[in-house]
Amino acid sequence: MSQEDINAEVILDHYRNPHNHGRLANPTFSITEYNPVCGDTVHMEILASNGEISDIRFVGTGCSISQGSASFLTDLVKGKSIPGVMELTPGVYLRELGLNLGPAREKCALLSLNAVRKAISGNSQK
Amino acid sequence: MKSVELIKQDFPILGRTFNGHGMVYLDNAATTQKPLAVIEAISDYYENYNSNVHRGVYRLSEESTDRYEKSRENIASFVSSETAGLVFVRNATEALNLLAYSLGHRLKRGDIILLSEMEHHSNIVPWQFLMEKGVKLDYVKMTSDYTLDRDDYANKLKKKPKIVSITQASNVLGTINPVKEMATEAHEAGSTFIVDGAQSVPHMPVDFHAIGCDFLVFSGHKMLGPMGIGCLAGNLESLESMDPFLGGGDMIREVQYERATWNDVPYKFEAGTPNVAGAIGLSAAANYLRDLGMEEVRGHEKTLMKKTLDLSRDVEDLVSFGPPDPEMRGGVFSFNIGNLPFFKLNDKLEENDVVISGTVHPHDLAASLDSFGIMIRSGHHCAMPLMGRLDVAATSRASYYVYNSLEDVKNLFAHLNEARKVFAR
Ligand SMILES: Cc1ncc(COP(=O)(O)O)c(C=O)c1O
Repeated sequence: MSQEDINAEVILDHYRNPHNHGRLANPTFSITEYNPVCGDTVHMEILASNGEISDIRFVGTGCSISQGSASFLTDLVKGKSIPGVMELTPGVYLRELGLNLGPAREKCALLSLNAVRKAISGNSQK
Repeated sequence: MKSVELIKQDFPILGRTFNGHGMVYLDNAATTQKPLAVIEAISDYYENYNSNVHRGVYRLSEESTDRYEKSRENIASFVSSETAGLVFVRNATEALNLLAYSLGHRLKRGDIILLSEMEHHSNIVPWQFLMEKGVKLDYVKMTSDYTLDRDDYANKLKKKPKIVSITQASNVLGTINPVKEMATEAHEAGSTFIVDGAQSVPHMPVDFHAIGCDFLVFSGHKMLGPMGIGCLAGNLESLESMDPFLGGGDMIREVQYERATWNDVPYKFEAGTPNVAGAIGLSAAANYLRDLGMEEVRGHEKTLMKKTLDLSRDVEDLVSFGPPDPEMRGGVFSFNIGNLPFFKLNDKLEENDVVISGTVHPHDLAASLDSFGIMIRSGHHCAMPLMGRLDVAATSRASYYVYNSLEDVKNLFAHLNEARKVFAR
């Protein structure tokens, strides 16, 4: 199996058994992002304290890439500082995921990252 | 109709392979492949006749004009409309925008435009532009068997809509609407009746005069022709009474610095240098389809749809959207494995675990089939309001054409389970 196949398996595993799935009691930020092309939706809730993401949860519907990526992302950003998360640009994040995606599926993969970046940069209401 | 095996040989692209698999192209509602005859007609034009039309007096320009106008005549005869009433545009979308703009000029606050719940965005959004001047949109409802509710139609006609614009065949459901009867009722109510033929003209015999509509629109690329050419067929009187859409060269009779007068139809609606090679390519496509026979094309797709409906009954958790009777349905099959309702946050308030329902998301299904060279569409198919009405976030869609075989249909169903094994949740 190539590294890419392994990464694909990892995301599928996240899809089937998502981490940090559900909602928070008192989120600092919450945001719903939606891809109108395919209906993929993620709703992210973030608890920030002392300048870092102390907890994060998500719910949503969509394909294995959008939902698997959301789960993968929650693991990645939990415990990270807010500026640290802002350094996670789409390019950096796609390399982290390590999947071979065409432009259409890249949108699926980036849905949750865009949601988190928007939420913590203040472009959303609670 | 000649055999599908022979037809396939006319389409060079169908010889491609993907991961060692032959190409099974099932996204014909989006666009269709081109036979060699169409490709050659286009290159022949550029190799031998290219020059601007309606302008030069030199022979080459006359030849080019002649080929352009003969194409118009041929395509008009393909849908049994008048040659002078056939306007070349880019696609069905542009034709509908032209109609919304030019017919919209005359509308006043409170006037009603009647559409249906199963329209493509192209037959909704151009009309929405008119809401700015107080025009109201109304939608004919759909019944539970995915056909239009004729009682609802009759009731909504009582409000005397100025314009009724309805698709003859739905690109999501495959539903074939009885546009002839609907046109008669619309005319009795004093309405102008428009038929969106984007999914019907390529797939069945369509006769403009027999339908009795005022306008019919369609796209060349969905009927084996090139992209960038489409048609508005209209009755001459209506077209003559309408204001032009775009201004520029070719559409004028006389221009002064302050004003201009318009050319005759159809030229009044063809501003600027037209897509001559596109028209010639579309004319070649019409010849190709005419040779196959449009009754035969329709019959072939019915056979494929019957097989599809048969095979679909054996697929666990398959939900499909469209009339169960292949007689009332074009070769379009929208389906999901499992339910895929829209995301509603409040449903999720209490829910901390993923519900395992066996759903395969259309994106995953399309990607999985793609690895076997099978190409289907996934998403909302440019009909978001209809998806809302069906309460489904997205669907998978297989849509057929002349080069699809029963083998292609079997292939599709044979590979659904591999997607389920990997992607069901
Ligand atoms: C029913 C219907 N109407 C209109 C259109 C628009 O066609 P085009 O994109 O070629 O303008 C489509 C294309 O999918 C369609 O299916």
